[in-house]
Amino acid sequence: MATYTAPAPILSTRRVEPARRGWTSWITTTDHKRIGILYIVTTFVFFCLGGVEALMMRLQLGEPDNTVVTPQTYNQLFTMHGSTMIFLFVVPMMAGLANYFVPLMIGARDMAFPRLNALSYWLLLAGGIVFYSSIFFNPPEAGWTSYAPLSGAVYSPAGGQDAWIYLIHLTGLSSILGAINFYATIANMRARGMSWGRLPLFIWAILTYSVLIIFAMPVIAAAATMLLTDRHAGTHFFDPANGGSPLLWQNLFWFFGHPEVYIMILPGFGLVSEILPVFARKPIFGYKAIAASTIAIAFLAFLTWAHHMFTAPIPEAILIFVMLSSLTIAVPTGVKVFNWIATLWRGTIELRTPLLFCVGFIALFVIGGISGVFLAVFPVDWQLNETYFVVAHIHFVLMAGSAFTIFAAIYYWFPKMTGRMLGEGLGKLSFYLMFVGFLTTFLLQHVMGLDGMPRRVYEYDDVGHLALYNLISTVGSFVLAAGVVATIVNVVLSLKRGVIAGPDPWRANTLEWFVSSPPPANNFDVIPQVRSAEPMKDIRREIQRRTLGAPVPGATVPAGATQVGV
Amino acid sequence: MGHLPTSALAFFSPESGGSPNANHIHSLYEITLYIALVVFVGVEAALGYTLLRFRARKRAVAAQIRGNTRLEVGWTLGASAVLLALAVLTFAKLSSIQNPPNSSPGGSAQAASGGVLYASSERKLPPNGKSLNITVIGRQYIWQFVYPGASEPDGLGAPYSYEQMVIPTNTTVTLDIVSEDVVHSWWIPQLGGKFQAVPGYHDYTWLKVARPGLYRGQCAVLCGRGHARMIASVRAVPPAQFDAWLANQKRLIAEANAQAKLARAKLGAQTGAGQVENP
Repeated sequence: MATYTAPAPILSTRRVEPARRGWTSWITTTDHKRIGILYIVTTFVFFCLGGVEALMMRLQLGEPDNTVVTPQTYNQLFTMHGSTMIFLFVVPMMAGLANYFVPLMIGARDMAFPRLNALSYWLLLAGGIVFYSSIFFNPPEAGWTSYAPLSGAVYSPAGGQDAWIYLIHLTGLSSILGAINFYATIANMRARGMSWGRLPLFIWAILTYSVLIIFAMPVIAAAATMLLTDRHAGTHFFDPANGGSPLLWQNLFWFFGHPEVYIMILPGFGLVSEILPVFARKPIFGYKAIAASTIAIAFLAFLTWAHHMFTAPIPEAILIFVMLSSLTIAVPTGVKVFNWIATLWRGTIELRTPLLFCVGFIALFVIGGISGVFLAVFPVDWQLNETYFVVAHIHFVLMAGSAFTIFAAIYYWFPKMTGRMLGEGLGKLSFYLMFVGFLTTFLLQHVMGLDGMPRRVYEYDDVGHLALYNLISTVGSFVLAAGVVATIVNVVLSLKRGVIAGPDPWRANTLEWFVSSPPPANNFDVIPQVRSAEPMKDIRREIQRRTLGAPVPGATVPAGATQVGV
Repeated sequence: MGHLPTSALAFFSPESGGSPNANHIHSLYEITLYIALVVFVGVEAALGYTLLRFRARKRAVAAQIRGNTRLEVGWTLGASAVLLALAVLTFAKLSSIQNPPNSSPGGSAQAASGGVLYASSERKLPPNGKSLNITVIGRQYIWQFVYPGASEPDGLGAPYSYEQMVIPTNTTVTLDIVSEDVVHSWWIPQLGGKFQAVPGYHDYTWLKVARPGLYRGQCAVLCGRGHARMIASVRAVPPAQFDAWLANQKRLIAEANAQAKLARAKLGAQTGAGQVENP
């Protein structure tokens, strides 16, 4: 037998660029955590801009026949508000949170394609700047849905509509590249032992979000391109006089638009599924059902778009099919709600701010889900469609659904991102102001719609109690805004003076809490081996066992500390 | 049912009372509302109870439950059953909402079967095929209503009105909804659901009003800066009064056309530019 000598290890080094400091380090960064922070801060700024637009609209509607803004400005305000909240806040904010936390939660050192990741962010910012620069010229005024032919060259000749089209293209490309990156990262870069059945539910949600984006965003990109060429290159895709079809726009827009709803809400569902177990001190109830319902919703999301078009001239067979598919989607959504309540059931609930936002979300989202069932029944929708009932519905699902979960995530993850806790007092104040303000603003909007007030009107007649309802709604919107301000103040104060958090202030379950707060540039010196869906629980048990010297009942095999992953 | 629950229900229900389809939508809505209230109260109560009952206390230990297959299958089937029941109820109501009935005795004789220029699978007619067919034309920012009675073979010369549609009571009126520019939506809440006026397409609905009265509505799809002022109303009058109104409308339009013709001739003679087109 030949003798075998192991090759001597060779140390090789290349010149390492010194780490950059100052502002250039931010614009050149490819670190997923820094890109995540850029995303989160940028999108929050857009959230505030969209909020100011909303407040200006509510001021105008505070009394009948009000003249705070002109009809033209009013149309521009709701177009900017809707487009901002959807394309510049909720979707990219979820991308920002995912950017920061997907690699940490799956035990990776960065995203799969770090430079592509940076490109995604800069495309988003470019989209936002192009869109908002239109406010110095002629902002778009055809609504965030930009129905053709109103958005065409004849009826919207100003350049604002083109700014809207570039917003769609740039943010859409940003989202598609981001989604490919998330998918590649989650599929390939999970820690050892993190099988699909141990994937955190937020990761399941981001995976599904990515697939939805990859399928849905190209459709709106195509539609926006067709609109662009109709406007400037003489094509007639949406022009009925030359064989085009305005309904084609509605179909393409909503084929994107309905999955978009789930692109915005599924990551929120994922966040709630992560946060509830931590503060109830219980495992998530029905992990498989929640993961499966996420996928079921994503599939059904592509079959229900025409419920936005129930009042359009479309065949009855389609109305019936879409009603059935839309009612069906309520089942997996309901299953999630039941699972969340069951997660809290028999727990030891600690009502900290992140949990408050999650519970507030569930309470409000139930209302949005139920009003969605009304809208799915198409004869009923014939009365409710395009009224304030729909405005109330979208805010119950999107403002309560996405924004409340985003606030929960901010309170939950701020300690990880900055190393400091957010103030609990201001946090609770913020939640209660937002919760009460939200209900005051939007609950009565159902009634306004039932009383016949259409959406997107800058004035209304003083009939019935419309004036009173609108005034209450306007007051509520300012309470809601005060709640948002409380969180902004909280963030500013806590950045300098917050209590030092340490690596794992919540005693949470997922891997981001394994590393220091904020995490080092490469995330993990040692990537822990994952042995369950709650790896940090295993690690804490192991540490406890070793420090106390006694085995803890139910402890699993030693995890993490001894595993050399480099 | 007492007074209070009735008014509370009306507070949370869509408008109705003008036309049978609006009434049927209203009752379908109410059925949905009852189901929704039960689900709403159940879920919110469960959430509230859980939060109060299972707050962290000293010596309290969280139950480490990871799921319960029977329970989960149970509530999945339960939710499906509720929604299936709702779908079945909708199908039961559907024909009374979509299909117009015959005109009642005492309806207008203007309801005729000859007004339809072409057949369409989506257009619903009453069983006897007779209705007063009005073409609703959406335009930035005014509604035009064209009545049957074209005086010329190409369909021109029919009486029309703007903003207010006058209809005979107890008569089935079918609407043919079109647009000449952007997408609009026809909606009079008390007389039924809304239907989009899409350029290049026809949309159809119907109404049948028993009581004389004025019913108001407005355009329901964003159509531009004047969207909020694109109002519409329907005035229902007894058939005899409707006939008189229609005759008067015809006379006014004929007079206006004659005057316009004179003015054009005069203008043409003055400028020598020949026939001046109607702008």
